[in-house]
Amino acid sequence: MTQTALDTNEQNHPAFTEPAVTEALGKEFGLNTEEYNLVSDILGRAPTFTELGIFSVMWSEHCSYKSSRIHLAKLPTKAPWVIQGPGENAGVIDIGDNQALIFKMESHNHPSYIEPYNGAATGVGGIMRDIFTMGARPIANLNALRFGDPKHPKTRRIVKGVVKGIGDYGNCMGVPTVAGETNFHPSYNGNPLVNAMCIGLADQDKIFYSTGAQPDMPVVYVGAKTGRDGIHGATMASTEFDDASEEKRPTVQVGDPFTEKLLLEACLELMQQDAIVSIQDMGAAGLTSSSVEIADKGGIGVTLDLDQVPQREEQMSPYELMLSESQERMLMILKPGSEEKAKAVFDKWDLDFAIIGSTNDTQRLKLNMYGKTWCDIPVPPLVDKAPKYDRPHVETPKRDAINADDYPLPEGGAFEALKKVMDCPDMVSKRWIWEQYDSLVRGETKYMSEQSDAAIVRVPCAGKNKALATSSDCTPRYCFADPYEGGKQIVAESYRNLCASGATPLAVTNNLNFGNPEKPEIMGQFVGALKGMGEACTALDYPVISGNVSLYNETNGQAILPTPVIGGVGIIEDITKAMPLAFQAEDETIMLIGADGTHLGQSLYLREVFGEEKGSAPHVDLETERQNGEYIRSLIDQGLITACHDISDGGLLCALADMAIASGIGAELDLAESAALLFGEDQARYVITTAQPSKIEGTILGKTKGTALTLPNKAIQVSELQSIHQNWLPDYMNKVK
Amino acid sequence: MNIKIIYFPGTNREKDMADAFETVTGKRPDIVWHKETDLGNPDLIVLPGGFSHGDYLRCGAMAAHSPIMREVIKQAKDGTPLFAVCNGFQMLMETELLPGALLHNNHLKFNCKKVGLNVQSNDNRFMTGLEAGETLRDIPIAHGDGNYFIDPEGLKAIQDNNQIAFTYTENPNGSTADIAGITNKRGTILGMMPHPENATRDHQDTKLDGLKLFESIIR
Repeated sequence: MTQTALDTNEQNHPAFTEPAVTEALGKEFGLNTEEYNLVSDILGRAPTFTELGIFSVMWSEHCSYKSSRIHLAKLPTKAPWVIQGPGENAGVIDIGDNQALIFKMESHNHPSYIEPYNGAATGVGGIMRDIFTMGARPIANLNALRFGDPKHPKTRRIVKGVVKGIGDYGNCMGVPTVAGETNFHPSYNGNPLVNAMCIGLADQDKIFYSTGAQPDMPVVYVGAKTGRDGIHGATMASTEFDDASEEKRPTVQVGDPFTEKLLLEACLELMQQDAIVSIQDMGAAGLTSSSVEIADKGGIGVTLDLDQVPQREEQMSPYELMLSESQERMLMILKPGSEEKAKAVFDKWDLDFAIIGSTNDTQRLKLNMYGKTWCDIPVPPLVDKAPKYDRPHVETPKRDAINADDYPLPEGGAFEALKKVMDCPDMVSKRWIWEQYDSLVRGETKYMSEQSDAAIVRVPCAGKNKALATSSDCTPRYCFADPYEGGKQIVAESYRNLCASGATPLAVTNNLNFGNPEKPEIMGQFVGALKGMGEACTALDYPVISGNVSLYNETNGQAILPTPVIGGVGIIEDITKAMPLAFQAEDETIMLIGADGTHLGQSLYLREVFGEEKGSAPHVDLETERQNGEYIRSLIDQGLITACHDISDGGLLCALADMAIASGIGAELDLAESAALLFGEDQARYVITTAQPSKIEGTILGKTKGTALTLPNKAIQVSELQSIHQNWLPDYMNKVK
Repeated sequence: MNIKIIYFPGTNREKDMADAFETVTGKRPDIVWHKETDLGNPDLIVLPGGFSHGDYLRCGAMAAHSPIMREVIKQAKDGTPLFAVCNGFQMLMETELLPGALLHNNHLKFNCKKVGLNVQSNDNRFMTGLEAGETLRDIPIAHGDGNYFIDPEGLKAIQDNNQIAFTYTENPNGSTADIAGITNKRGTILGMMPHPENATRDHQDTKLDGLKLFESIIR
């Protein structure tokens, strides 16, 4: 049985019918019985095939945030410097001088598992579109990657594809990729995480929003043509994986960074003229979400003539056009009369430009094609009545603390343990990855990954010499052991990384990666992590201004570690004061700011030396974090210190090793050989070097000296640590299977 | 000095190049869109880096046929100095203004890092301010197709004519004879893979040795 269109105004169009709609089809599209019935209630009739497709993607977890919305609402999102919090394409902060930074992080996890290269590439493309849609030129990219066990047969191929995908897209766009993080853990074997972040720069008076469209304005489609790729991608991202998931390859989009580069330049050029009222990129759920968003935010109706949509393939259906996730496309509402002016810009850049409809005051989304109407939906209930669930959740049970005395240093002493910890995949240099990214294009990069705790990118501004600082952070093993403390720790570490670079932390974006929210213990992780994250953001005046939620990261019932990633952004007013992490010279005093290490629970030392992932996550005292962070910033501002590194994974001795490895300069350390002191992962701590120790309140640890790290009775050459640090990843990647 | 930087769809280091020239001359160069046909009478033409036309055919191949290139080729052949970096260097291979070819890096990956460059010959229009044998430190590279190839006879010819401008201190991509940049026989065209423009400004965390080349170019 087939179904015809809503009204038949048959002219000379191809005979075209849609499949019949049943509740079973609704299920296939991801709508449960209740949701399916709600669709019929809203319409007062059964939906057409196209309408069902539209409801199902708009109400998918990926687009509607139905499991997470009530919890996200609790995060702090405001500060005097926040211009736009969550709810737009990206968040916006005021950085003075009429300038704004616009940023967001977004996941492309599911596609990157199915097709690593294109999955990751289009993730990067998508997040950059979110940024320049708002009128900002992208000036820095970051990425947070989580891969499976290095020994898993698929890991190497996924690493290779993801990294090349990220590189090829960002490099071609001419946006420097300046920071990121990469972890490996078996829980990501079937669900690697690819989280991409982009930061853009705009003038505060030239920011574009999805709000503001009014009736009787032209709806314009620009960019690449629409094909059949990525149909129902958002729905795919809202279910668990099983062994057959790789057959979903057709739902992964294919990226074309060159077209996106043209789209970027054309959009920014048109934005300098007075032509655009409202603009939305076509990301997840493509033409559907962009047109619904514009209609909803403007309180208006949109009628589209889908025959006018530039199409890459023949005989496409309204359903396919509305659900395609073809990349590099934008939807704009223009001021009436500015069509010619706008078309001239897109002609210059050889991009498609098509007027595909108009706005009206009906508050309905109406779609015509082949002489018929295929969809006529009231927009407000499509958005407002989207399901919202308070899913059952159970608090993650607290882990027992371990006794540090049960885990003494191995017979070979501190440096034997150090070598083991530094040789683990989470600690080794990621140079093999970041050398594939152009980190220097645009010529504004000062420090990138591994040079400073936060990447430092100059923000061009007449008469000023300011820079942004940014890093991405998450410690999934802490979140798994204790979502609440782990959630706090992520924010604290991000704050610390920016402080260590000399910057004032201003705001964050988050990317919340979890398993199946329908399982109470997973939902418990989510709720716990958000509680911790919210408290920390409040305490540190570090609001969340944008973000993304990725749930159902499970394969065959195996969930990932809870991985709520934070991308932090701050400003340093004088770029010449930005702090490197490498030792700068010999004979400088090394000091610890913060307390001595005591906490070995969930430490890398425990995991790498004893093979145990045990104990409680380190406690985060937010008041101390703030005090120590402010103290570090004051030291940097006064020019009292020469290098700074926060203490995180691997504790004090690994932080010192990082500083030595980055410089080739050694250190004479006057430290007791105690596992907790050297490897404890207590929070709110920094290592600094200085030529003026008397002016600094902290614990003196020793002096920079020679080419070895030395403890009272032993030494290890920095070159030995450097080769451990540098060799692991290239050796692993070059291994033939 | 009248400097024209040519801008193709996909070019992405035109800003970096303009910043570098502005640093040494105090004046921002003109950026010229590839669909233009008239260049005027510049003192120097610059082809900057990027991914012109997405580099979907061969790198630089499409750009070599852009409308403005007819004028660029004509003026370069008439002796107007032409400085080409990275993707611009690739275009000079495609237009045969310089000999040789640029292949995929031998390790098959895009590679961005800072390298050392030896001044092999300064016997050209651009490098009189540099000493032969001098090393420029911390000059960025950022390319996937920078493996310079030339056959043995061609190599001998560019050696004999002092056309090898720069060699790498450590070969990052498999280039023949470590070649990083070459000139034409007359020394009026310089093409190179590395990005000296990214080692000219204080915040760029280099030794600023790129400045030496830019100061020499504008002499």
